[in-house]
Amino acid sequence: MKYINIDKKNWASGLENLYGNYRLFGPVKNNKHHVLKELGKGELPDLNYINTLLSPKSIVFPQSETMFEYSLDESKEDHHILKEINKDYSPRALIGIRPCDAASFLLVKRNFDTPEYKDPYWLSAYEATICIGLACSNPCSTCFCTSAGCGPFHEDGLDLLLVDEGENFIAKILTPRGENFIKSAGWKTEADHMAAKKTIKNMKMKAEEKIASFVSTDQLKNKSTIDLYGAPFWEKIAFACINCGTCTYGCPTCWCFDIQDEVSKSSGIRMRNWDSCMYPLFTLHGTGYNPRNTKVQRVRQRFMHKLKYYVDKYGDGIQCVGCGRCIRLCPVNIDIRRVCDIMNNYDSRSRLET
Amino acid sequence: MQNPYLPYPVRIDEIITETEDKNLKTFKLVFLNPDDEEKFSYMPGQFAELSVAGMGEIPIGIASSPTEKGFLKFTVNKVGLVTTCLHSMKAGDIIGVRGPLGRHIWDTLKGKNVVIIGGGFAFTTLRSSIIYMLDPLNRMNFKEIHVIYGARSPGMLLYRDELAEWETRDDINMHITVDGTDDPDWKYNVGFVPTITEQKAPPGNSDTYALICGPPIMIKFTQPVLDKLGYTHNHIIMSLEMRMKCGIGICGRCNIGKKYVCKDGPIFTLAELDNMPKEY
Amino acid sequence: MSDYTAKIKEISARLLKEEKVEMVIGFRKGTVPMMNEPCFVKTPEDVKELVWDSNCGINLANYLTDRKEKIGIIAKGCDSRNIVTHIIENKVKREQLLIIGVPCKGMIDKNKITSMFENEINEVLEDEENIIVKGKVFEKTLNKNDVLQENCKICIHRNPVISDELAADLLDEQKDIDRYEDVRKIEAMATEDKWKYFEDLLSPCIRCYACRNACPLCYCPTCFVDESRPQWVGKSLDPTDTRTFHFLRAYHCAGRCTDCGACERACPMGIKVRMFTKKLEKDCLELYGWEAGLSLDERPPLDTYRPNDPEDFIK
Repeated sequence: MKYINIDKKNWASGLENLYGNYRLFGPVKNNKHHVLKELGKGELPDLNYINTLLSPKSIVFPQSETMFEYSLDESKEDHHILKEINKDYSPRALIGIRPCDAASFLLVKRNFDTPEYKDPYWLSAYEATICIGLACSNPCSTCFCTSAGCGPFHEDGLDLLLVDEGENFIAKILTPRGENFIKSAGWKTEADHMAAKKTIKNMKMKAEEKIASFVSTDQLKNKSTIDLYGAPFWEKIAFACINCGTCTYGCPTCWCFDIQDEVSKSSGIRMRNWDSCMYPLFTLHGTGYNPRNTKVQRVRQRFMHKLKYYVDKYGDGIQCVGCGRCIRLCPVNIDIRRVCDIMNNYDSRSRLET
Repeated sequence: MQNPYLPYPVRIDEIITETEDKNLKTFKLVFLNPDDEEKFSYMPGQFAELSVAGMGEIPIGIASSPTEKGFLKFTVNKVGLVTTCLHSMKAGDIIGVRGPLGRHIWDTLKGKNVVIIGGGFAFTTLRSSIIYMLDPLNRMNFKEIHVIYGARSPGMLLYRDELAEWETRDDINMHITVDGTDDPDWKYNVGFVPTITEQKAPPGNSDTYALICGPPIMIKFTQPVLDKLGYTHNHIIMSLEMRMKCGIGICGRCNIGKKYVCKDGPIFTLAELDNMPKEY
Repeated sequence: MSDYTAKIKEISARLLKEEKVEMVIGFRKGTVPMMNEPCFVKTPEDVKELVWDSNCGINLANYLTDRKEKIGIIAKGCDSRNIVTHIIENKVKREQLLIIGVPCKGMIDKNKITSMFENEINEVLEDEENIIVKGKVFEKTLNKNDVLQENCKICIHRNPVISDELAADLLDEQKDIDRYEDVRKIEAMATEDKWKYFEDLLSPCIRCYACRNACPLCYCPTCFVDESRPQWVGKSLDPTDTRTFHFLRAYHCAGRCTDCGACERACPMGIKVRMFTKKLEKDCLELYGWEAGLSLDERPPLDTYRPNDPEDFIK
């Protein structure tokens, strides 16, 4: 493992060198929040931030994405036949992505990259993306990454981890793609291996100590799906929910989408748009029947999916990286930490006794 | 990378109105590119997304059998946006087909007695299964075949010519029924599917599988009958319906518990369903 | 605010104990600063969960829609006006409700306070006049009036307009408030400036529908944006579709909106969605002398016809 020292004086010039080789994305402060945005020439990411308002998932999974195009003009030979379109999958770099968000891509990849089917849009975009992580030295109070299989210095899903030392970054190279990125930027100063390792270890420990909130997930796997599904606590959990899609749209690991056709005059597109299990339309049958017709059912679906169905399907943890966005964004303060603990500690036998 | 969202272009070769209420039409489709037919290698019980440019897609069970070459058949009930549009189309129009989708259970059924129980317009994939099993090359792979198929009235039965032909054969036991009729010439059963099942279906045993496809109310009342007849839950096979979009287990909407109906189903044994939330 | 909370608990426990209601809808303390969670309690023992402070901005009338139980509901001024609207529009029956009115001193603006600080806020406390904001390395006292939600600053109906119990003495209503300064500014803009203003206003929208779903007026079983036959509005982030949603939603609320601010409070992107509804509120006031939700006995102007209704704005 190689460590490079990036003097912050050389930060802008390095990014300048990268511009053109990569499309650069990074956090930028609009008037209120930090948002992830494509950086123009000379534009610098603002790395003095806690996390972006929404997750970076839209970089590989845009909220609206055209899939095919077609013509409805019957005088054209290929009318009504759907055709693939060219897309820009040139290399892109996410600069300053938080480790939790980078880890989320790995969870989501399981959905889009299956043995039977590969989602070409998600995969092409993901493969074109390199993740330049920024370690969290000051995690916020709603972060619970360390108990969600992740952490403020977590490396899975990253090509490069930047650790802010004040005057400089230590860049830990994690993949050959990360190494190319560093070369392309022209940052050459190798850091003393042992010293860098030690510094990062210490900073990591300090950051992890600052994580103040946790979820318990150890019992989720052993619980019966049917018991949790039929548990009496859902009415109380769901009561405040207004069934907006904020939690799902903000979440880095929510991947559901809808497919729609849109036509303008005689040309049309087939597109996909983010969708949300919070919406009644999500499961509404053509006949008018809806298997998830009530708010309680829809709220239960969201939490059961993240905290039980996913756990059972893949067997190695929850579908959540602990970024805390849903907690920060929910207009009515439904808190996944609370729900996770209720589910984890639920005992269906004690229910029978009381 | 093969794009699993891209439909194969097909031409509507023929449209047959199946039922007296004209709400069910069968579309016979021919691939525009002959190579695509080979790629679309399917088994009875699977479904496909029919794609209408400008409207969208709709998941429909495949009504034709892989033993029928040169075309695909889909019987479509007029319900929503896409199906209504399909019903207004004519022979020669171009649509798309994406699939085949979903799993099938023919490895399990090989060498067994097969009891097919169908109601209403859900008979489509069951037609596919029957044609498949009756094919001279396949018939010896199955023991007895029973079919209990009901509709509201004689005019609401699908594939009436084929039903009549199957009635005359001795390698399949047909039990056609209607809820009621005032046709004096009606020579088959009158009664609901659960009742006819109780009277006509063979008793359950380890060599006999029941395949059920129909409206929820029919399934609800047929299941206790099968229990009574001694069918164990892993010998009862059902097909579920869900709102679907991608059809390949990715878009996320058709789950029941950890299973996606489009990819892990739409066929499930009752034993499997017993361990899943009742959210369908 | 602790006296408010105590009184709310006392009334709620009594109503539940005497079985006058099956549930009380109120707020419980949130898990993050400046947030409380709407909740229900069904037993006198559970009323200890209930709280009242300056973080109860969500409009609880939203939780009454089509409920059949006998309900006790905590209602500040705007909530009570939306309860009136709910009753007028047959979404709940007056006899079902025992309204625990809360004379409201205004709700604080979470977004505004958050954006005042570089660092994360870990705790927010309050007394009568002040909001004390604490972070890991800072503590600052703010004047509550300076950090109220925009709609609370210009509120002229802080007292519940309808109630069966009161959690505190009635307050003096604010006088000489100019409610529409911002609307007039936009009205005065040239057409293209207006267009630009609305375009910028809506550009962050992600169409999560939090504004709609937080609104007690938006109870349609199927919202027009969700209709598929015919499909009126596209589902992408096309600006035309986004605008159509916001404009039409605002019009659906004309003559009904109480400017409770729930929409704006719910928006995760911080969009000032009230700029649409306020214009229509102003029009209703100027054209019909109407303010929504003040009386059970009067029909709203848009569902009544009078021969002398003004019509010169119809072009």
